Amino acid sequence: MNQDQSPWRYAVNIGLIGALTVVMLSLIGMVESFSKRDIIYRVVTMGNTLLLLTAIFLSYLAAKKAGREHAATAVGSAILTAVITAAGVALLVAIGKTINLRMVFINASPVLYQILTFYIGPKGIPLVLLGGLLSGLAAGLLFLAPPSIRKTIITALSAVVIAGVLQDMLRPVIALWGPLAKINLFLFAANGLSIKGAIGLFVVVAILVYVWGQKGSAVKTKVQGLPAGQQRNLKLASMLVLAFILLVLPKILGLFLSEVLTIVGLYVLLGLGLNIVVGFAGLLDLGYVAFFAVGSYVVAILTSPELGFFSMNFWTALPFVIAAGILSGVLLGVPVLKMRGDYLAIATLGFGEIIRILVLSDWLRPWIGGAQGIGQIPNISIAGYTFTTPQQVYYFILAGCLLVGFISWRLRDSRLGRAWMAVREDEDVAQAMGINLVATKLMAFATGAGFSALSGAIFATKIGSVYPHSFNVIVSINIICLIIVGGMGSIPGVIVGAFALVGLPELLREFAEFRLLVYGAALVAMMLLKPEGLWPDVKRRRELHIDEDENVAEAEEATVSA
Amino acid sequence: MFQRIRERISPTDVVMWLIGGGLLFLVVWGSIATLIKGTYTARHWIDFIIFGLAQGSVYALIATGYTMVYGVLRMINFAHGEVFMSGPYTAYFVAAWFYRTGWLDTNPISCLAAIFLVSMSVSVTIAFFLERIAYRPLRGAPRLIPLITAIGASFFLQYLFRGLYGSSFQAYPDIAMLEGHWVIWGIRILKFQAVVIVAAIVLMFALYSFVMKSRIGKAIRSVSEDKEASALMGIDVDKMISMTFVVGGAAAGAAGVLYAIMFKQVHFFMGFIPGIKAFTAAVLGGIGNIPGAMLGGIFLGLVESVGPSLFLDGLGIVAPYQLKDAIAFTMLVMVLIFRPTGILGERLAVKKA
Amino acid sequence: MAILTTKRLTKQFGGLVAIDNLDMEVKESSIHSVIGPNGAGKTTLFNCITGFYRPEFGEIDLAGHSLVGLLPDQIVRLGVARTYQNIRLFPALTAMENILIGLHTHLKARFAGIVLGTPGTRKEEQKADEESSRLLRFVNLTGKGEQLAKNLPYGEQRRLEIARALATDPKILLLDEPAAGMNPKETQEMMDFIQHLRDELGITIILIEHQMKVVMSISETVTVLDYGEKIAEGTPSEIQTNPKVIEAYLGTGASAADAAA
Repeated sequence: MNQDQSPWRYAVNIGLIGALTVVMLSLIGMVESFSKRDIIYRVVTMGNTLLLLTAIFLSYLAAKKAGREHAATAVGSAILTAVITAAGVALLVAIGKTINLRMVFINASPVLYQILTFYIGPKGIPLVLLGGLLSGLAAGLLFLAPPSIRKTIITALSAVVIAGVLQDMLRPVIALWGPLAKINLFLFAANGLSIKGAIGLFVVVAILVYVWGQKGSAVKTKVQGLPAGQQRNLKLASMLVLAFILLVLPKILGLFLSEVLTIVGLYVLLGLGLNIVVGFAGLLDLGYVAFFAVGSYVVAILTSPELGFFSMNFWTALPFVIAAGILSGVLLGVPVLKMRGDYLAIATLGFGEIIRILVLSDWLRPWIGGAQGIGQIPNISIAGYTFTTPQQVYYFILAGCLLVGFISWRLRDSRLGRAWMAVREDEDVAQAMGINLVATKLMAFATGAGFSALSGAIFATKIGSVYPHSFNVIVSINIICLIIVGGMGSIPGVIVGAFALVGLPELLREFAEFRLLVYGAALVAMMLLKPEGLWPDVKRRRELHIDEDENVAEAEEATVSA
Repeated sequence: MFQRIRERISPTDVVMWLIGGGLLFLVVWGSIATLIKGTYTARHWIDFIIFGLAQGSVYALIATGYTMVYGVLRMINFAHGEVFMSGPYTAYFVAAWFYRTGWLDTNPISCLAAIFLVSMSVSVTIAFFLERIAYRPLRGAPRLIPLITAIGASFFLQYLFRGLYGSSFQAYPDIAMLEGHWVIWGIRILKFQAVVIVAAIVLMFALYSFVMKSRIGKAIRSVSEDKEASALMGIDVDKMISMTFVVGGAAAGAAGVLYAIMFKQVHFFMGFIPGIKAFTAAVLGGIGNIPGAMLGGIFLGLVESVGPSLFLDGLGIVAPYQLKDAIAFTMLVMVLIFRPTGILGERLAVKKA
Repeated sequence: MAILTTKRLTKQFGGLVAIDNLDMEVKESSIHSVIGPNGAGKTTLFNCITGFYRPEFGEIDLAGHSLVGLLPDQIVRLGVARTYQNIRLFPALTAMENILIGLHTHLKARFAGIVLGTPGTRKEEQKADEESSRLLRFVNLTGKGEQLAKNLPYGEQRRLEIARALATDPKILLLDEPAAGMNPKETQEMMDFIQHLRDELGITIILIEHQMKVVMSISETVTVLDYGEKIAEGTPSEIQTNPKVIEAYLGTGASAADAAA
């Protein structure tokens, strides 16, 4: 993919990648599985959308390579890419119909071929190619369209897709809104959006985006032009609105979504803690789940009557939990102090695994329950009020998140936060500035571990029991992922990352088997395309504004691919 | 004078030496207690050692891939475990087919050769594309970025193969030729273990002479010494980096088949733990050092197989074999702490990670 | 009066002796230059003084306090700051943040104070902000505080690095080729600035420099290293006529005038 390649050659290459991608998506069962959910009832399924988006995204890239000056080449190479991509599907069907691929690829089912050929068998192959051609044409034209129109179309289409994907979440939420519940009837059919609902949504969003595009900057300058006092009032007002929304959220969302929200909240809590270690201090800790485990187990041992050592309540146990977290952070921190970068990552991974293996072992079973874990952990209660349902636990987690978020925010712009950043940027120079590396790094480990132990304790009481299997290395990877996708070192980034990587998969539970596949792909794609994350730190973002145009284009691509 | 000393000794060093000394004491004490107790006979120990050698030579083969990649790119190819998994998992279908047709019993040698070939070519392909797609664009990025990419690639590949081949364990067919045992100098050796050891040694020898003698091997070594100078000498650095992944992938693919012969099953997650252990082996031998990685692998295999019974049993720990992975990881952490340059010393002059 | 002395300082890398039995005395509030051909051991000397290398043998003494075996951060607290030959700022942080990090040792805020936002912490932060603005002004970077260090032009990065070193409030400042890669005019400005530093703040300056002419015009004492050994020491005029120096720089037969040119 070097610079001086001709656009046609590039289109062919990228088309081959597209073909490989769609064949892969089909063979791993993603297309078939996604086809169970309709975006628009009986018109487009999620499976179709997945393939279409792949083709459109790649052919958009091909068009971009040709450039706006060569309109014909741009459209042509977009079509070429899309057709090659579609040819991948066609080839798969043709081969699959002659050889039984299912001997090896378990997902190469007859249903898959039906889906890929619009349910008309091998005769559908020309249709597939035609579909490729049309999506290439669409991508090419989209590329040539003026930016404002392009943005409008992309956002409106994304809205339709998102509404379709998240239908199971939106429907019950809208149903709770009394008279507004009628929207459901308009928007949704039995499975997916109704045709009129999809068109309606598209039009409404398109109008909103277009109007905002025309008037938005004017509103922004007007706000910026307000006197300082009014600006502060405006800020305060929006904070109050936000606080109000946060408070009533569980009531709006209902039981299931509140449960999702509490899980996201727990990950935000964990993410904020790890963000201090990884994002601020640059110490890539892959064994972070160990501290989460410490928190859970300490609370379990101290409160659960099942083991019968102690039977404290949550609040008496909490100081011990935090202390144990900090202590374990320091204990695991000391040995890895002198390691840098990748060695540190592997060593912490090793620590995490050692702890998990020890917890699982029969050796420590009398004390911490072995593979069966510990049960009967009492719920949290304050002054006789017990947090039992997810909707109640939500408030508790929210308070935790706010507290930890506030602490991180205060730390970031302080002597300590700057010392962490200095260590992250250049350890030698940091030391030459008088920063005590030992104290600074241990402080990062201890703070992160304390937060992690806190979330572990909340987790244990929420579930009511602890098992070693909850503390798999996958959890550490999960948290690393959400920090990186959100933007390393960025506090709002953690929240965005948690919603994207924890909330979304919880809503799409039926597709859980693809979760880690998507994580892995997201990590690689993030590092290659947008290493600063979805919501980078303020300062990093300021730096990006220098080459704004390119970033707008990139952001758009990200939306297309999402 | 007192202040002089106090300024110069850090408490963290003291803590670390205490931890290290404590562990060493436990190991020695546990070993002595076990030997006095005499639960295990000489036969047991010999079996442990042979198993350890077989397992260790598989680690050794995987470790060469880590070490070579670290040599040229100074990065931990976290996804190397998945390169190792992809080969034998794919070759399983070939093996199963040979088994069904009965060829596996009639011409086991050529069938095995075909299995090796398939496994190695799949691993090579995965390793090659991994480098091209995920790592090459990130040359010169800050260190953590390629590592994170590698972690992402690792999970992507695991779940890609899970999607393609399914999530269940697949039993590798038994090869009649490798059933039973031989008796050599009065020692009973299971045939498949002997074959694994011999095959691994042959492969390691081949790999080592390839790296030392062949033109490509020399170019790879030159790139790992100094990329810029190599480029000036007319070596195509990008191509040599690709070749490094290809050679490492081939070794991993071969190691995968040996692993499958030993443990008789394949699974999409099978690369993760051996991957980390092979990395441990590479670090043990001094990362960047190919003979070091081989020795490190064999050493780790031995410790892992002998260790639980030797160190832990004497300490009165219940079910010590459950803790064998913990021993490997403890060794990893200890080596990283106390001797990050490995037993044989890092062959790289540059500042280490 | 000597503020920094080294006695029989020796640093080896394997078989290579980078510094060989070096005795050196740096007078307080002087500008002391260390010169010598490439690989003479100048930067190694800096690394030994600042604690990044631990010498095999010998003593380094800062106003009665031994430095050998201390960690770099302990040495900074004793009042030794440095810059690097190839600028080493914190590139992704702003100019202001770079200087604030230099102020680290003078701030006292603790975890609890920071989180609670105690008046003491706030006041300290405010003072640190003022101090870093002052330092930015001092090195002529007013108004550039919010720029990322990596986006500053080369000359400004050099000055920012010096400002960051000054923020640690050093008694001795080690400058490793501060004029490297500058044109004659910029070099002259840099030398004026260094002289100004010493005159205004009374800081002792040890300077590594390649351009002989530059060195001769501003230093009081010059030490010449070759293969880790001190081959000459004295005032600039003494050095310029020293036959050993001429030989080390130009080989036998050349004149001192060429060396100084």
